[in-house]
Amino acid sequence: MSLVLDVMLALAVIGVAGWTLLVRGNFPAVIGFVAYGLLLALVWVRLGAVDVALTEAALGAGATGVLLLFAVVRLRGGKAEIDAATPSPPQRVAAAILCGVVGLGLAVAMLNLPDPAPSLAAEATRHLPLLGVGNPITGVLMAYRGLDTLLEAVVLVFAVLAIWSMAPDRRWGAIPGPLFPVQSSGPLSLLARVLPPIGIVVGIHIAWVGADAPGGKFQGGTILAAMGILAWVAGLWRLPPVASRGLRWAVVAGPLVFIGVGLLGFVIADGFLSYPPGFAKPLILLIEAAMTLSVAAAIVLMVAGPPERPA
Amino acid sequence: MIFGVTGAALVALGLYGLVTQPALLRKILAFNLLGGGVFLLFGVVARRGAVADPVPQALVITGLVVAFAATALALVLVLRLFQITGAATIAEDKTPP
Repeated sequence: MSLVLDVMLALAVIGVAGWTLLVRGNFPAVIGFVAYGLLLALVWVRLGAVDVALTEAALGAGATGVLLLFAVVRLRGGKAEIDAATPSPPQRVAAAILCGVVGLGLAVAMLNLPDPAPSLAAEATRHLPLLGVGNPITGVLMAYRGLDTLLEAVVLVFAVLAIWSMAPDRRWGAIPGPLFPVQSSGPLSLLARVLPPIGIVVGIHIAWVGADAPGGKFQGGTILAAMGILAWVAGLWRLPPVASRGLRWAVVAGPLVFIGVGLLGFVIADGFLSYPPGFAKPLILLIEAAMTLSVAAAIVLMVAGPPERPA
Repeated sequence: MIFGVTGAALVALGLYGLVTQPALLRKILAFNLLGGGVFLLFGVVARRGAVADPVPQALVITGLVVAFAATALALVLVLRLFQITGAATIAEDKTPP
C-alpha cells in the first residue's frame, strides 16, 4: 500500500515539475511550482523528515510562490523576444539528452550507494541530553553545526541588503514594495482579519516546540512572515520605511544575538559558539527567539522587494 | 529508492529547463526545481540508516532558507533588468534598445 502511495507521489512530483517547465504562461507555471513544493513536502513526510517538510511547505512552496507571483504580475510582454531566444529543436534535443545522462548518472549512483549506510544519527542523538533539546535536528542546527546556521542567518541579512540596494538613489529610505489599498470587504479582507491572530500563535508555537519536536525558528518565522504579508496585501498593515531603526534592528537582532552568544562562549565555555554544560538550552532558546523575529522580518522584506514609495 | 530516482529525475528536468528556457523567470523556476531534486537526494541518503540521520536533514533546512534568499535576490535582479532595459531574457543577439 505504502509502495503504491510512494510511486504515485513520485509520479505526481515529476509530472507537476514537467508541467511547470512546459506550460506556456508564467502564471500557471508559478502555480505548478507551488503545487510541486507542496507535493515535495509530502515526500519529505514520507521520508520521515517532518522538519524539512514544514520548511519546504512554508518557505519552498508558500513564500517562494508569493515572491514569484509578485514578479509575474510585474514582468509583462517580451513574447517575441522570448521566442527569438528559444533554442532550436536540435539544441533542445541535445540538451535533453545531456540532462538525461546527468539524471541517469545520479539515479545509478543513488541505486548503488555503499552498504551499510554511513550515519551520524547515533552520534547526534547521544549528546542531545547534554544540550537539553529533544529534537536532533535542532541539536545539529544550533550546536554541532552552529556555525553553518550562524552564517545562514547572516545570509538573510545580506539578501535583504542586496535587495534594498536595487532601489534607485532617490528611493533610498522609502517604503518597500507596492501600496495595497485597504480591503474593506471580500475574502481577502476577512482572511486578513481572522487568520493573523491564529497564525501568530501557531508561528510562535512552531518556533517554540522546535527544541523538542519538529519545528523551529525558520518554520515559525515563515508562518509569522506569512501573517504579516497577508495583513500587508490586504492594506491593513503598512510596512515601515527601510530607514526605520526598529525595522533594521528586527532584521539584525537574530544574527547579533547569535554572534553575541557565540563570543560569550570564549568566556563561559570552550570557545566560539560552544555552550557551557547544563546551560545550553536557555542560550539556544534565546538565539531561537531572536532568530524567529529576524527570519520573519527578513522574509517579509524579501517578498516586499526594494523601497519604492516615498515615506 | 523510489524517491532517490525521483530526485535524480527532478535534477535532470530542472537542468533541462535551466538550459533551454530563455525567460529569466522560467530559469529561476527551473533552478528551484533542480534544487528540490538535490535536496531530495540528500533526504533519501539521510533515510538509509536505521534511524533518519539528522545531519543531512539540518543541511537541507539550511539549504532551503538560502535557496529562498537567492531566489528573492534573483527575482529582484530580473525585475530591475526589466525596468531598466525592458528585457525578459539575457539573449545576446537582441537589438540594442
